[in-house]
Amino acid sequence: MDLRICHLYGDLMSIYGDRGNVLTLQRRAEWRGIAATVETVSAGDRLDPERFDLYFFGGGQDAQQDIVAADLAGPNGVALKEAIAGGAAVLSVCGGYQLLGHFYRPFEGPELPGVSALDVHTVAGRRRFIGNVVATAEQPLVGFENHSGLTYLGPNAKPLATIEVGAGNNGEDGSEGAVQGKVIGTYLHGSLLPKNPWLADKVITWALERRNGHVDLPALDDTAEREAREHAIALAHKRR
Amino acid sequence: MVVLPARSLAALIAAKLTRAALRLTGRGATTLPGLAALSLDPAVAAHIAARLPKGVVVVSGTNGKTTTSRMLADVVRLSGWHPVHNRAGSNLARGVAAALVADATWIGEPRADGAIFEVDEASIVTVARLVRPRVLVITNLFRDQLDRYGELDTVARRMRDAAAALPVQATLVLNADDPIVNLIGDNFAGKVIRFGIDDATVHGALAQNVSDLTHCPRCRARLRYDRVVLGHVGDYRCPNCGFARPHPEVAATQVESDAEGTRFVLGAGEGAAVRVPLPGVYNAYNALAAIAAGHALGIEATTAARAIGSFRPAFGRLELVEAEGRRLRLVLVKNPAGFNAAAATLLSRVGSVRLLTALNDLDADGRDVSWIWDADFEALAPRIEWAVVTGLRSRDLALRLKYAGLKPDRTYVVDGWDDAVRDVLRRSRPGDEIDVLATYTATLALRRTLSRMGYAKEFWQD
Ligand SMILES: [Zn+2]
Repeated sequence: MDLRICHLYGDLMSIYGDRGNVLTLQRRAEWRGIAATVETVSAGDRLDPERFDLYFFGGGQDAQQDIVAADLAGPNGVALKEAIAGGAAVLSVCGGYQLLGHFYRPFEGPELPGVSALDVHTVAGRRRFIGNVVATAEQPLVGFENHSGLTYLGPNAKPLATIEVGAGNNGEDGSEGAVQGKVIGTYLHGSLLPKNPWLADKVITWALERRNGHVDLPALDDTAEREAREHAIALAHKRR
Repeated sequence: MVVLPARSLAALIAAKLTRAALRLTGRGATTLPGLAALSLDPAVAAHIAARLPKGVVVVSGTNGKTTTSRMLADVVRLSGWHPVHNRAGSNLARGVAAALVADATWIGEPRADGAIFEVDEASIVTVARLVRPRVLVITNLFRDQLDRYGELDTVARRMRDAAAALPVQATLVLNADDPIVNLIGDNFAGKVIRFGIDDATVHGALAQNVSDLTHCPRCRARLRYDRVVLGHVGDYRCPNCGFARPHPEVAATQVESDAEGTRFVLGAGEGAAVRVPLPGVYNAYNALAAIAAGHALGIEATTAARAIGSFRPAFGRLELVEAEGRRLRLVLVKNPAGFNAAAATLLSRVGSVRLLTALNDLDADGRDVSWIWDADFEALAPRIEWAVVTGLRSRDLALRLKYAGLKPDRTYVVDGWDDAVRDVLRRSRPGDEIDVLATYTATLALRRTLSRMGYAKEFWQD
């Protein structure tokens, strides 16, 4: 078995710890004897929808996000949706999450169209949510959020988690992130995956199943991961 | 003698009393008096600054501002100035105000004849308007504490605003090798002096995984690099709009670097030889920035080179502490570029690395610890003999080392500063060198611990 990872727009959209997510996907596959490759596909490149099992799509600065939105409005957006329909898994964080929704509406200027891979939309908000986040999914999720966009879910997307500490999608409805099929969006970096290995393994499993049928990943020694997660959760509660 | 307005005088006296009280109780007085002065009357700092005959120099940027401003303070002193200087990392508006208040007499007359201030990127616009610098030095701009400074584009915009607030006769001193910094000089009305490294043999020793800038800051086309020194700093050009690294007026040629320091020859001008007694190519940049600022002030490069040759590093910037025969090398790290520069310096030495490393997530460190995942721990891991890991976010750091490939049995997580230092001493032998990489408040805490154990002096006694 091998795992083909695409770091989507990795040169443009790679803010604050996104690299840790890609590294975690790669290491956790390799530690199980699964060869993992990472390739960056960027604006102007041609995305081959057959090539990758897993897409990581991170956050970026505003100017970079404009370049990416323009590129996704062309053939690469179509290719990405084809890849998703073909069973590829996607993990998106922050800016990437917003661009996988229907649109991002700023205070001024035109709406940035998204690829509608997630039934969500985002509008610019007045205040910036910055801080530690603790949320509950099948297992606890811990991370750090830094966004002013307010994301709202439509009926086809389910929240990834329920907020305990922090703001999450919009600071109103207690939801954090979105899941639709094998596509995940979230506002958590930190990096997200090192301290939430269960989520990393879930995404890896989804990705491997694209070409291999049912996959059961063997367990790893996650002592360091667990300790880091428990400490981060305790600190987030203490400082809320 | 000009008498201060009553309100400013009251603010000055309140600030001085705050300072005296803090000194009496044996505490460092680096920012509180300034806060007192600023909250009562911000004009008091402006008032004192305006009466410095040689004027004010402000140094800002992501990395190297402390070292650069200290080097520059040495440079101007050697050329006869008696400057006031905000030491000990109090680089917000209140720290600048505190330094001015401490220096002034009780009626607001400065005792100094000029000022060298290092200023935090977030405070740069406020400070530029307050003290009206005649020279503004920008060392470099990298991603740093997103939660505090915002995106890199935001920081660059702040620097442009600060430049726009300068008096017309002011000089901008810019790093030619950093495209974001270089662009700040683009629409500047006054004089610009640029510095850089003109030596094709100087390029990054580490794989540069994370660059903040892959695209032209002017037109957004993809930038081409002939040479990368660190992150996005190097020899760049834009194939689309012609934006390119300019030829720097103050340029280092024939750069040689080893564990003890860096030597170079100034290409343009007199061709003075410079010896920087600090390792790492980034310290060559700091020296160049100080020389270029000196040039803006009319100080000869040979004088600047002499001052830099006998430079002593600041708190947490490659400071050496002796403890039970061990040499501890303290390096403050707070963002990926700074970490990678420190790691490159460490790796340029031979032998294995013994590490004490500490991660905190208080406001001054940045509350978001994500940056450790952008730092190149992968380059460091194969050389680590053991790592003692401590701080409020020690577990995040231990996890980072695990994913970087360090075997778990070489990582020791120790809670508590005293216990961490003791653990390091227990694990090492006399004659050993230990590298200490820590964030801002963690460095403060470790330094305090080392001082209490009798190994280092309190930092505000510098
Ligand atoms: Zn251009």
